[in-house]
Amino acid sequence: MNVITQIFRWLSDQLLKMKWLSDLVGLLVEKVFGLEVTQRVGGSIHFFIYDTIKIFILLSVLIFIISYIQSFYPPEKTKKILGRFKGIKGNLLGALLGTVTPFCSCSSIPIFIGFTSAGLPLGVTFSFLISSPLVDIASFLLLMSFFGLKIALAYVIVGLVLAVIGGTIIDKLKMQKHVEGYVWGVKKVDVEYEELTSKERVDFAKGQVREIINKVWLYILLGVGIGAAIHNWIPQSVIERIIGENNPLAVLLATVVGIPIYADIFGTIPIAEALFNKGVGIGTIISFMMGVTALSLPSMIMLSKVIKPKLLAIFISIVTIGIIIIGYAFNAFSYIFI
Amino acid sequence: MVIKVLGSGCANCKKLEAHAKEAVAQLGVDATIEKVTDFKDIAAYGVMRTPALVVDEQVKIVGKVASVEEIKNLLK
Repeated sequence: MNVITQIFRWLSDQLLKMKWLSDLVGLLVEKVFGLEVTQRVGGSIHFFIYDTIKIFILLSVLIFIISYIQSFYPPEKTKKILGRFKGIKGNLLGALLGTVTPFCSCSSIPIFIGFTSAGLPLGVTFSFLISSPLVDIASFLLLMSFFGLKIALAYVIVGLVLAVIGGTIIDKLKMQKHVEGYVWGVKKVDVEYEELTSKERVDFAKGQVREIINKVWLYILLGVGIGAAIHNWIPQSVIERIIGENNPLAVLLATVVGIPIYADIFGTIPIAEALFNKGVGIGTIISFMMGVTALSLPSMIMLSKVIKPKLLAIFISIVTIGIIIIGYAFNAFSYIFI
Repeated sequence: MVIKVLGSGCANCKKLEAHAKEAVAQLGVDATIEKVTDFKDIAAYGVMRTPALVVDEQVKIVGKVASVEEIKNLLK
């Protein structure tokens, strides 16, 4: 047993946490730059180089694997599967399929119209729309790499619960009349999707890696830069005062700051990591990450084209309140995770 | 022949449009290329991923930038 645990720990340390890379960058900073890793400047440089390389490696590998899996679940197929389920089962499935269906904010409108015109309940569509940007296999593996298995699992589970509950509430509120009228006028059309060959899937996955890196590299550098600054330059006391465990408003603040920001989990993780190292509560950090990924200004503007202000406001409120509750709950039970 | 490029004007839609133009030029076929940018019209084709390519009202390509060669094969 012991041997297995040790092997598992070694794999986790070296493959997911990339301890080898940390050591290598440490050597670079100390021997080549002649700086101490324990000192401010050296520490920042170490954080910046190590985190940048680590995130780009993880990003490439994870996006590749995930895109390959996602190529089995185009939204057309998801739509068909979801059409067969009613009630909470539909919400649950919507949330689950949201994790494997490729999604970007630019496709949220066609997906929304496609789902709605296919007769899917509004709540199921919203369960899908909440979980899709919030939870996927990439966020799970990334969180595992930076924060460990327990936190990653907990994040995925509460993310799915939020999607199911959020969708169910919207369903119960009978919001159909708050969808823009033209959406109902769109006729249901089923596009025949062809099954791809393995080679096409690999090509698709490679293309996704390229496209996503092109899209997010700047955010990642920005995120790592902010992370490095928090890590070594902003005094612990300042961070503690603003979003530390003694500030009862910390979660609220983290959520509100996170919501308008448009970035994916790869850009937020270095900031989250740095805050974590400064002793910020795990719930506060998760609220921040969820706020950034689940809701953003561009996606709200997109959605406002298909739903009326009241439904948009309800959607934003439900997700925001959900994220805040999650944050406080994680902080209250943080002893389980750390 | 009428070729329609479906997409809200993202970079990939422009790429697909360029590829379609190139394919038409290489084949020397008589075709007009139109752009469909309105979400309502895009959704009316049942398309949920952009960019998409519609040839004579038939959805041929969804959610990817097809290469010039691929489009040529579709048009033949």
